[in-house]
Amino acid sequence: MEVQVKQIRKHFGPVKANDGITLSVPAGAIVGILGENGAGKSTLMKILSGFQPADSGEILLDGKAVTLRSPADAIRHGVGMLHQDPLDFPPMRVVDNLLIGAPGRLIPRRGDAAQAVADLAGPLGLTLDLKAEVGSLTVGERQQLELLRLLWLGARVLILDEPTTGISATQREQLFGTLRRLAEQGKTVLFVSHKLEEVQELCTRVAVLRQGRLIGEALPPFRVDKLVSMMFEREVTPGERLSCATGDTLFRLTDVSAEQGRIKLDPFSMDIHRGETIGLAGMEGSGQAVFLRSCAGLVATTGGRIQLEDVDLTGKNYHHFKKKGVAYVPAARLEEGLIPGLSITEHVLLTQHKPGFFIDRESGRKLAQQRIGDYNIKGTPASPVESLSGGNQQRTLLALVRPGAKVMLLEQPTRGLDIESVIYLWTKLKERCNDGGSIVFTSSDLDELLRYSDRILVFFAGKVSGPLDAKTTTVDQLGYLIGGRDISGTGIFDETDPVQEGGLDG
Amino acid sequence: MDGPTLLVGLAGVLATSAPIAVASIGESLAERSGVINLSVNGTILLSAMGSFAVAVTTGSLVLGFILGAIIGAVVALLVAFGSITLRRSQVAVGFVLTLFCRDLSYFLGNPFMGDKGPRLAEHGIPLLQRIPILGTLIFKHDVMTYFSFVLIIVAWWWVYRTRPGLTLRAIGERPEAAFARGARVNLLRYTYTVVGGALVGLAGPMYSLSVKAGWKGTISGLDGLGWIVLAIVIFGAWNPVRVAFGAYLFGLLQWLSVVLQPSLQGIPSQVLQVAPFPLMILTLLFVNVGNAEWVDRILASLPEASRKRVAKILRSLRVVQPRSLGVPFEPD
Repeated sequence: MEVQVKQIRKHFGPVKANDGITLSVPAGAIVGILGENGAGKSTLMKILSGFQPADSGEILLDGKAVTLRSPADAIRHGVGMLHQDPLDFPPMRVVDNLLIGAPGRLIPRRGDAAQAVADLAGPLGLTLDLKAEVGSLTVGERQQLELLRLLWLGARVLILDEPTTGISATQREQLFGTLRRLAEQGKTVLFVSHKLEEVQELCTRVAVLRQGRLIGEALPPFRVDKLVSMMFEREVTPGERLSCATGDTLFRLTDVSAEQGRIKLDPFSMDIHRGETIGLAGMEGSGQAVFLRSCAGLVATTGGRIQLEDVDLTGKNYHHFKKKGVAYVPAARLEEGLIPGLSITEHVLLTQHKPGFFIDRESGRKLAQQRIGDYNIKGTPASPVESLSGGNQQRTLLALVRPGAKVMLLEQPTRGLDIESVIYLWTKLKERCNDGGSIVFTSSDLDELLRYSDRILVFFAGKVSGPLDAKTTTVDQLGYLIGGRDISGTGIFDETDPVQEGGLDG
Repeated sequence: MDGPTLLVGLAGVLATSAPIAVASIGESLAERSGVINLSVNGTILLSAMGSFAVAVTTGSLVLGFILGAIIGAVVALLVAFGSITLRRSQVAVGFVLTLFCRDLSYFLGNPFMGDKGPRLAEHGIPLLQRIPILGTLIFKHDVMTYFSFVLIIVAWWWVYRTRPGLTLRAIGERPEAAFARGARVNLLRYTYTVVGGALVGLAGPMYSLSVKAGWKGTISGLDGLGWIVLAIVIFGAWNPVRVAFGAYLFGLLQWLSVVLQPSLQGIPSQVLQVAPFPLMILTLLFVNVGNAEWVDRILASLPEASRKRVAKILRSLRVVQPRSLGVPFEPD
């Protein structure tokens, strides 16, 4: 089925997630939709699959304008979406998962459904155990199930959101084979990904989004350097590098492995030095958050050792880590870090471990006032934290970290902050490094990673590359590694591949 | 105790457990859809009182049972409105209603205290009641006990065998996924909460017009049963058959506490009367130990082989609640 979108716009508050996207995809194409986090890929796909209505714009299927009111409506029109986390029902059996939402009589004929799906699966080279519980399947198998279900319901346009996250290499090959066969049958596949290698291997064309706009389209053979620059291009402002790293080991990780949900972290060893800043790069869900949380004792490690100075912290819980001087600051400020409804003073009081039953409000207020001054927070001791702006919330969070913390683990510390706040925050953080503390932080901003880190680790599907020396690494190199490309090989910047930029009419 | 007496006693357990079984299945349906109706205890009291009052006044048992169901449905509708439409805490809404209904029943029931009212008669089923053992056990009851038997089977069949039952499980598990497949999540949640509430409401007259006929205010002995119903639903993993099993287990414990009293002279009778409650709670604790995070931590430190075995045992005991129980759904 031919898919066209015209001038699709969608905003969330002041954020323009989709800013007039026009795209046309012929039947039988496998289109890679590329873009970094927040480029508008997911929003566009949600609009196409009926999950969200667009503010304005048109969707045409085979040339006919359609309104997709709900996902169920979309599938009736032949558009089905396979979500990164398949929208299925883990405690139920496979065959029941197929039947939920499928039209039919009061008592479903499980046998008929099973037969129909098996008939579909056979030619595509897929096998499914229909009696198994979905929860016992691998993510790859759950995807196959979802894919078959959508096809069974009559999908002719398939949207796949980062389908290769968390599945094995064999399953990936199988998935790609299936998608190619479906394209040969005239079905249209929209493949949302940030993995350049996969897009190169699978797609028959590519569309790159950035900041809610279609930046350009390309036909194979794709030139990776062009795609990278289309995805990541931005003003690079060189800034002063501050480093207070010493050669003295503070935090030692030996073959640490961990697992949380679908993300499995491969064994990894590293010595983090006193005063050093380590940046963690990678697309969201590549393992950096799990790494950070296992360093904080929030996720139980499945192997290896964690040592802080001479203390072995392996297998201990978060409170133990914290007592020994490991501080963790989560990305979700109001959900995990601060307590909405409490004032700055009350937060300060909460983090103090003073003996005694009664609250010493006056000393708390004084301390809060002092921290407000130190961290330049725009607010009063009595301000409830939710009334502060994002930047001030972040400063409050940092102000709450005990002065004696040796290792600070920061998840996306500058997300959503304006440039002035970012600079201020890093000044304060570097002061802590100067006092002999170490910082490990995640960020999706490549410039920030390069500017403030001493060394950088890049995460891709639970594997860690690096550490890289931030002084000698470039944005492009990071971009490649984030996309899962090995930069140690040759022929990275092949100049022979043609690429078209701008509007490309099919 | 001889054979026939034992048989009659066990048949009595089935009959006295019937209200709890019916209420537990009703609550299971509501919770399966994602709504906790915490008002059960108050609902049972209010509908027991209301039905009794109507039956005494009009002389009609049928009217009594109908009113019981209506009271349950109305209270459930309030819970649904508060939690689904107004998005208030289901716990708060249910809890306030349970207290309100309880006190209302004591207040409004005063004029009917100790009145003699009609009582549902026993109807043996022709032929079937003459089957040895089974006849006495199952086919010599009043009509509501038969209803409870049928309900157990029908509810199980509905939840696990029909298409709407599949959707019911889906909306309690992952409403966003069910919505993606076209289910009208909030409408269905209203429906199941109200139907479940009506079943809970039927438990009231099943007591006041049958099992514990009459209305004696605070000493009716009905206060607290609603909480057991809520516990049984969890113990029964929201499966009508398993839930009914829990109801019968509770009935059996209660019966034993009465029967064993003469032979256990050393133990104060109060202890035996109360024993079924802590026993139910212990069962719950045991069933759910595998859900605890610290258990995971201990398990993670075990060697691979034994970890798998222990995890398997814990998993088979473990009760997995509908994942979206108590979580409001907002289609975005």
